[in-house]
Amino acid sequence: MTQLQARVLYPGTAEGPVLWLDEPLSFWGGFDPATGIIVDNNHPQNGKCLKDTMLVLPATRGSGGTPGGVAEAIRLGTAPRAIIMATADANVMIGAAVADRLYGLVCPVLELPGKGFMSLRQAVAVSASTSGQILLLARASGDKHR
Amino acid sequence: MNVDLNLNDDCRAMLSGDCGPALQFAMQLVERAAVVMGATDLVPVTFAHIDACFYAGRAHVDFARFMLDSGAKFKIPAWTNNGLVSLADENIRDPATETARGARELMQLYADLGCRTVWTCAPYQLPDGPRLADHIVVGESNAVSFYNAAVGARTNKYGDYLDVACGLTGYAPMCGLHTDEGRRARLLIDTTAIPDSLKQQDIYYHLVGTAIGLAAGKQIPAIDAVDPAVGEDALKAVSAAAAASGGVEHWHGIGRTPEAPDQQTAFAGHQPAQTVKVTLDTLAAARRSLTSASDGPVEMVALGTPHFSFTEFASLIPMLKGRKVHAGARLYISTSRHVRDLAAQKGWIEILESAGAQIIVDTCTYFSPAVRGCRGRVMTNAAKWAWYAPGMLDVEVCFGSLKECAETAVKGEVWRDESLWRELS
Repeated sequence: MTQLQARVLYPGTAEGPVLWLDEPLSFWGGFDPATGIIVDNNHPQNGKCLKDTMLVLPATRGSGGTPGGVAEAIRLGTAPRAIIMATADANVMIGAAVADRLYGLVCPVLELPGKGFMSLRQAVAVSASTSGQILLLARASGDKHR
Repeated sequence: MNVDLNLNDDCRAMLSGDCGPALQFAMQLVERAAVVMGATDLVPVTFAHIDACFYAGRAHVDFARFMLDSGAKFKIPAWTNNGLVSLADENIRDPATETARGARELMQLYADLGCRTVWTCAPYQLPDGPRLADHIVVGESNAVSFYNAAVGARTNKYGDYLDVACGLTGYAPMCGLHTDEGRRARLLIDTTAIPDSLKQQDIYYHLVGTAIGLAAGKQIPAIDAVDPAVGEDALKAVSAAAAASGGVEHWHGIGRTPEAPDQQTAFAGHQPAQTVKVTLDTLAAARRSLTSASDGPVEMVALGTPHFSFTEFASLIPMLKGRKVHAGARLYISTSRHVRDLAAQKGWIEILESAGAQIIVDTCTYFSPAVRGCRGRVMTNAAKWAWYAPGMLDVEVCFGSLKECAETAVKGEVWRDESLWRELS
């Protein structure tokens, strides 16, 4: 079982199927919090739903609207179970922190650069711990997507 | 998690909860952001321009409501960005929708939290704002770029909620554009190939702003020479265009902007990491990137992104006085209440409304249903509007000068000032 150590941007535990994004995503404009679906026509994963996934993405596309998009998705239950980014981003963390404080809903946010990040490309499912340990799993338990 | 972040007693008191749950949570957000951004200190800030008052869903309302109900007030002058609706004219958007109701509720909450309700994306057009070397907190991209470049106030680009948290606590992470090292130019923009006659035109600044955004991405560019006599509208044009096309948060105009009296100062004694030559071809390419439609009949002319200034009104008046907007076209001008009132004192609003123009305040033409419903050709003099509209609004855009926009509104079809474009076709 492979274990990776990520930097914790917002702590929490989560487990589920991996959704890998080839390119950065804008959570404001490129993503619809009402449905959880990527709506950016230029994104390679356009049309994919983030709901209940362990979202793995290189970065976000810069928008001051990111925290609102993340918090709104968490509120509506369309958000990923966790967000794992190669490049740290205060905006995603802020969205997660606000949703936790207002609604008591936790979506951990982790930074995992370099080789560790690339090793998630073929991962089927992962779990994340409050201390930032990521375990690669053969399949996700309670996985409704498969 | 805060082993590396230095906090003074004031910050520690907020964090401990001694100052109430709102300031505790706000300080937690600032602290977490500082750690993510790699800051080791916080810096006191003296001004905030709040972006979180722009409705983007229920979470925005719940956040502001939590802060207000927990007894929070802004500690520093905090001015509001555009709202999603206009409080001055609720018919700009169908007032019965859940979104419009939520947007109005949100705007009221920020008024109650102690904001100065200026509702503008161009707060720098108002008096009593930040000055050179002030540490401030701004989220709106064009205002981030303008305050850094044209005013010399210091701000990173703050996302929603963090802008509020910094404004409530009076602190921000000390990093990036708050530091001397983070503000020096990296990229030299060589404009020696551009004729001086073109540099006198308002479109030049929109085009060179678009071009430097494309070249610089998020690096800090310095334009080699900007006429010391050019006004704030030109600096607004560069700031908005470069922020839209490339994410530029700070730039220098050597000879014009306060931190760039000369190249040596702009680059803080360093050599440029790269020099990018801007030619007539570069500007022609920038022009093409701002125009998705061929010339022809227009449904709408949209002015004022960022908000139309007093001096832009002054230029527009002689172009439209005693004339009428074409029956098949509409002319929308977005501005702030403050600037609208100044223009009204001059009698300009009456002249423009007699001509058939509609003045929109508190919000942006982007969010009026007329624009939302428009599927035809729109002309604008604003590079920022032109850059985003085809993707966000599903309209076709023609970019032109202020004079071209005014003539187009009167004629109902795109009018071109041939002398302007001879060099750029």
